[in-house]
Amino acid sequence: MSLDTTPKVAKAPREKSLGRRRRVGRFALPTYSWLVIAYLVFPIVVMIIYSFNRVIGGLQLVSFSWNGFTTLWYQQWSNVPGLTAAFWLSIRLALVSTVIATVLGTLLALALVRYRSNKFRGKIAVEQILFLNIAAPEIVMGASLLGLFVTLNIGRGFVTLVLAHVMFSIAYVTVTVRARLAGFDRSLEEAAYDLGANPLTTFRLVTLPLIMPGVLAGALMAFALSIDDFVTSNFVSGSSDPFPVWVYGATRVGIPPQVFVFGTFIFMVGIGFAFMSIVLARKKT
Amino acid sequence: MTDSARAHVPESVAKGREVVACLEHVTKIFDDAPAVDDLNLEIYEGEFFSLLGPSGCGKTTSLRMLGGFEEPTSGRILLGGRDVTYQAPYHRDVNTVFQSYALFPHLNVFENVAFGLRRRHLEKAEVARRVGSLLEIVDLPNFEKRRAAQLSGGQQQRVALARALVNEPKLLLLDEPMSALDAKLRRQMQIELKRIQTQVGITFLYVTHDQEEAMTMSDRLAVMRAGKIEGIGSPRDVYDSPSTEFVATFLGASNLLTGEITSTGGPFATVTMSDASTLSVPSDRVPDTGGATNVKVGVRPEKISIGAANASTPPGHNALRGQVRVSTFTGVGNQYLVDTASGVELTVYAQNIGQESAPRSGDNVTLTWPAEHTFAVRPMRGGRRDDEEPSEGE
Repeated sequence: MSLDTTPKVAKAPREKSLGRRRRVGRFALPTYSWLVIAYLVFPIVVMIIYSFNRVIGGLQLVSFSWNGFTTLWYQQWSNVPGLTAAFWLSIRLALVSTVIATVLGTLLALALVRYRSNKFRGKIAVEQILFLNIAAPEIVMGASLLGLFVTLNIGRGFVTLVLAHVMFSIAYVTVTVRARLAGFDRSLEEAAYDLGANPLTTFRLVTLPLIMPGVLAGALMAFALSIDDFVTSNFVSGSSDPFPVWVYGATRVGIPPQVFVFGTFIFMVGIGFAFMSIVLARKKT
Repeated sequence: MTDSARAHVPESVAKGREVVACLEHVTKIFDDAPAVDDLNLEIYEGEFFSLLGPSGCGKTTSLRMLGGFEEPTSGRILLGGRDVTYQAPYHRDVNTVFQSYALFPHLNVFENVAFGLRRRHLEKAEVARRVGSLLEIVDLPNFEKRRAAQLSGGQQQRVALARALVNEPKLLLLDEPMSALDAKLRRQMQIELKRIQTQVGITFLYVTHDQEEAMTMSDRLAVMRAGKIEGIGSPRDVYDSPSTEFVATFLGASNLLTGEITSTGGPFATVTMSDASTLSVPSDRVPDTGGATNVKVGVRPEKISIGAANASTPPGHNALRGQVRVSTFTGVGNQYLVDTASGVELTVYAQNIGQESAPRSGDNVTLTWPAEHTFAVRPMRGGRRDDEEPSEGE
């Protein structure tokens, strides 16, 4: 062992300082991590706390002084008609646009990975547009979409919202699925062909199950993007306001406490998904 | 099938056997370079056939065209007499064992093996019975519930084999299936594979770059180079009388001496070396040189006996004098490098059968071997072993 060859005198202090450094490191990194997490979670915690805040005065609007604990807003969660409608619109919008964006984005990812540019004309242009789609400021996209819909004389509403949301989600789905496809062994598909499965069966039984984690991740991303989108939605929503647009409108007068109730609910669902993915990942290994 | 290719097939193998698969003038061009060049090949029912060659020789491309994963640029592919040149792989009655095994990672062993049967909508009980019996054959009983990732390399290979064989294809294609196994497991699997092939009686087309593997298992083999077949026949025929210099050097070790044919006619031809010594070559092992007299005369190292310098040459033997440069004891025998008078270095293997006086380096010796173990080949263009050819884009 090399331990014996090192002089004891020279070794001892070095080991000590190393040990101290390790001890400091053991606390520094977790402390730092928890501080970052606290910074991220703090606003949400404030929202959750104020969803239990009493309101004094005639109008049921949020005030940021603590007036005592109540669960009244949870009991009367649907008492603000406009807000409830906006919330359900957001849910419907997110579901519809997620399904469409996931299907289109997955197929696009397959095409981009499978075909070299000599067979897929304009592949490089498509890749650039995808990148632009992610990088472009939303305000630009929102404004130009509004211009387009007005020019084409399409009435703003659910349809224009879906079109807009699908548009900005596709790129994220494609990027996510594409990452999953990068390590995909094509000989698995050849093996399926070899065993008598036609291309459609092969896709259903081999390709799709194997890229499913990527597809689901892309779908979750699309859903999250859709449900909290404000800028684009604000341009193309017309008279049907989704949740974020409605809340923004309400801030001019005052926010009803139910907004915090819905906010807390959406956050909890998100946490639920995160836990589910952890549990599923544990189960697999 | 052209006559030239058929001529190499030994009567004993060809007689009364049905042709299972047939490549007719098949050419495959990738980016202007031919990977397979006007290939003709017939594979007979029930045989274990190997395509042997260095990487990039077109052997894998040939196999992929039979499997339906590549379309030939020109030529025809027949399977059981039917033209399948442009048929999709999922309509062909062939199955493949892939180099990477390509087991479905999201399915367990049972579902992997049952995949092909389920595509044919067999009854549940029948599927279970056939999968069970195949797993029995490949010696993996009670592995049904395992996932591919939980298996060792050797076990994965057995599952891949079972998955292909369970469909009872006309022809089983094996694409270097042992390249991922270590040497010991490889030898074990070679014997195992031959046993399974004999047991199920399915025709195997085996692609490999390992000449020992090909010789151990094959009923017939073909040596490929640059998209063409250079030698075809039983391992013994191809080894003992190689048809080209490439085959002679790729399949085992060969001593090759440059000479000139000075007399033909009769059972033996005479080849004269640069130092005026002569060697006899059986006439049926002299290639058609098309008028040229330059040939290379070959003899396998294990065919040569090494003796004292003054030893007499037995009748019917070829003899060369030389000096031992290196003598190596390898346990099973001795390996000598002998410098001959013509300047060529010959390799000699002598079995360790208890000879008390093995020659040492520096000794003058006489090398003798029966004339019928001599062969002649046409010199290769450029005279080099070009086994490093551009990859075929696999």
